[in-house]
Amino acid sequence: MKNYIEDLNKAFESRIRLGIMSILMVNSWVDFGTMKEMLDITDGNLASHITALEKMQYVEVKKQFVGKKPNTSYGITKQGKKAFGEHLDALENLLKKRG
Amino acid sequence: MDKHNEHLENLSEIRSLMERSSRFISLSGLSGVVAGIFAIMGSMAAYWYLGKDSAYDVARPYYEYAETRSGLPNIDFYIFFFTDAILVLTASLLAGSILTIRASRKKGHATWGPTAKRLLINILIPLVTGGLFCLVLLYHGLIGMVAPATLVFYGLALINASKYTLDDIRYLGICEIALGLISSVYIGYGLIFWTIGFGLLHIIYGLVMYNKYEK
Repeated sequence: MKNYIEDLNKAFESRIRLGIMSILMVNSWVDFGTMKEMLDITDGNLASHITALEKMQYVEVKKQFVGKKPNTSYGITKQGKKAFGEHLDALENLLKKRG
Repeated sequence: MDKHNEHLENLSEIRSLMERSSRFISLSGLSGVVAGIFAIMGSMAAYWYLGKDSAYDVARPYYEYAETRSGLPNIDFYIFFFTDAILVLTASLLAGSILTIRASRKKGHATWGPTAKRLLINILIPLVTGGLFCLVLLYHGLIGMVAPATLVFYGLALINASKYTLDDIRYLGICEIALGLISSVYIGYGLIFWTIGFGLLHIIYGLVMYNKYEK
């Protein structure tokens, strides 16, 4: 029997990272404030998880100015989409197997 | 087994975040009811306006009164109907916004965000197109076609909006389009169809939504 647990991606083990990826799957660019509000977490917490995902090249960052305020938005990369899709499939398979 | 529950929870959280982050779900059902009431008041005003003409004949289609007996455009008619329509629209939008802001505060969601913006843009594209098209109809003197056209374009706007808010709005859109198409055949009854589409359907839809999501 195939061991589906091995297919789960360690990068998405935290709930916050799952949340970030879920939001980015269905929105092309999301800014920091919106993301924070949606996940209901602190600045530092969000920043550290995003940095981790960025390092793995699952998330890309776009910095721009809105008026005089700097604004940072996040998008999902091709690799990120693929990796997260596989992670979701693995989750689903695990659940199916156990009924 | 603990792991199993954790995975299930994760999946349902993923689904809810995808839903909440891409759709605007705090549209209040009560705003539909209020918009419907305003629409009915607006069409009552229209009947009152037509009835106060001593030569008014129920058998004659309403849009024929847009011309005076000598065949000239009846400016008074245009001004009245235009003002009436703008008043209904403004009052509905205002009341709708207030009720929606209240509903989303109650649920603790942000009202104005990327999802609200996306919803608004996607409603406005077919709606503005319809508005301009109606002006063209007026320009060509096809006054009877304006009421059916507003219903059809409004229905299309709702169907377009359904991708960015609660799915249910799709059915309201389909009903409006069907009503608009029927009334484009029976143009003499345009005011009645318009009252059903913008009045009655809004009230029914609003009550259904209110019961389903806000009670």
